[in-house]
Amino acid sequence: MNLFCVGLSHHTADVETLERFGGKAEIDCLLRSSGCAEALLLSTCNRVEVYGASQSRVSTLDIARCLDRKLDSHISPESAPFYRYENTQCVRHLFRVASGIDSMVIGETEILGQAKKAYEAARASGAAGRYLHRLFQRAFGVAKHVRTHTEITRGAVSVGSVAVDLAHKIFGNLRDCKVLVLGAGETSEKTARALVSRGVTDLRVSNRSGERADNLAHSIAARAVPFQSWLNQCREIDILVTSTSSDLPLLSRGELEPLLHQRIDRPLFIIDIAVPRNVDANVNALDSVYLYDIDSLQSIAEQSLAMRREQVAVAERIIAQHVAKFDESIARGLSRAPQQLEHPSVGESSLRPSEM
Amino acid sequence: MDRYLLIVSTVCFLGAIAHTVTELRAGIFRPMRFNFVAVGLGFIFQTAFLSLRGHELGRCPITNLFEVIIFVAWSVALFYMVVGPAYRLSLMGAFTAPVVALLQLTALLAPIDHPHRAKLAPNSWLEFHASISLVAYGAFALACIAGVMYLLQERQLKTHQIHSIFYHLPPLTDLFAAITRLLWWGFGLYTLGLISGFFVGEPLPWAQIVCAIGVWILYGLILQGWYLHWFAPKRVAALCVVGFSAALTLLWGITFSAQTHTP
Repeated sequence: MNLFCVGLSHHTADVETLERFGGKAEIDCLLRSSGCAEALLLSTCNRVEVYGASQSRVSTLDIARCLDRKLDSHISPESAPFYRYENTQCVRHLFRVASGIDSMVIGETEILGQAKKAYEAARASGAAGRYLHRLFQRAFGVAKHVRTHTEITRGAVSVGSVAVDLAHKIFGNLRDCKVLVLGAGETSEKTARALVSRGVTDLRVSNRSGERADNLAHSIAARAVPFQSWLNQCREIDILVTSTSSDLPLLSRGELEPLLHQRIDRPLFIIDIAVPRNVDANVNALDSVYLYDIDSLQSIAEQSLAMRREQVAVAERIIAQHVAKFDESIARGLSRAPQQLEHPSVGESSLRPSEM
Repeated sequence: MDRYLLIVSTVCFLGAIAHTVTELRAGIFRPMRFNFVAVGLGFIFQTAFLSLRGHELGRCPITNLFEVIIFVAWSVALFYMVVGPAYRLSLMGAFTAPVVALLQLTALLAPIDHPHRAKLAPNSWLEFHASISLVAYGAFALACIAGVMYLLQERQLKTHQIHSIFYHLPPLTDLFAAITRLLWWGFGLYTLGLISGFFVGEPLPWAQIVCAIGVWILYGLILQGWYLHWFAPKRVAALCVVGFSAALTLLWGITFSAQTHTP
């Protein structure tokens, strides 16, 4: 029995190509027309892959035709840049995909959930049998192992998540944090929502236009604060998010310093995502004040990404060990007790090289 | 025989250090179990050593510099066992183990384990005074370690230079809560030790009394400064390091003079 993977991903295809082949393919087509014994479709915004098990070789073109949504474009199944992995290479590829190494953002964990969903759908429809069952169960285990024993998922890699992570590193639990959002634009709203999703409940919004502040406050269950009194809020808030379109700094060291005397033991985290900046850089020199602008947040996101890249080699070593073990277990397990497995129709004792 | 227990205990702490260094160098650190177990085992062997030595002496085993150092190391490990899990200061084990290992290696390697020259008469107030003061030193030591961790974390946040260790250190507010809690414990126990010192009934050198009160005032000022918002948390953390250095110097002075002035 051959295990194989045929697919397209962000490494090989552009968005248009992914759109053409990345819809909901008929799994029956893969099973009947192409002659797969087992098939599973993993379709995300960055990849569309078919994992299959078959007695004889199923051509890449047959699979591409099953995936083709026949949209009006110049790309055809014959010309699309499909890749193909067989047996051990297929196992290795899936382990890398499930571990997030093959993702556009290295170490992202969403792919594991998507792979689990794809497996569940294939299992429920009966398209995934014992080979794919073993393969995917092992892949989920490997992904967990890689996450536990490397730093591949460590650190946030987007500006918003870096800000939220830093808030966690300063305050621990965000539930008791008081947050003031200065500015009622889209960026403010996104940051506020990210903080709410991590447990913040005391949220205040202030904006030059009172009406816009009210609207934003209403939409995120916050409290509107008059723009004239926002500075006084710094006596009690823990996090200040600024993203107004003001050309001049709204907050200087001299303005903030007197407000901090009675709260010196509580940190103040300022996230200045406005361009030009709303907060004077000297504010960061004050005790217990941590000022981050868009550049510093981006720089940390890049540092995290670099750290994740360094971990790829460690993850690859772990995956290589698991691939070898998987090959061994397949050879051993199937030759010993084929009758104990769910799908007795598959009679071969181990994986063998693809029949090209 | 009792020294073997101490050697095994030191090996446990060295094991914790080796594990941490290996993982940090590989860019990985899974702190929870290994360090806690290693420090826990080290603590059990320390306790066994002190218990054997205590039975041998028929009193609290703090009769020479060697025993005093081990008692301080035991107090540090004790507070780690109590405070570590409670505050989830997972990397605290990584910072605690080197301090304890260093103290124990110094005690084992230096020729300081001499039996006290004079046969000491049992004095329960003196034993209480000395042992409670040393346990307070354990709290101060751990506050110092938490202070170092706070300063590391704070510096990374201020400079925006985030390193791998950043993700393993606890949040600033949790660390500061641990520091203040340890300072209160240490200060309370040290105060008890100081008061009990007046009931010892033996003459003590004035220099020792003045220095001991000096350390008490220093820690009192740190707590007062924090309570009255004189000091920012960063300063409190730095003062914990300064305070413990002063306390250690005093401890060495007391033990040294006790050994050299005994007839």
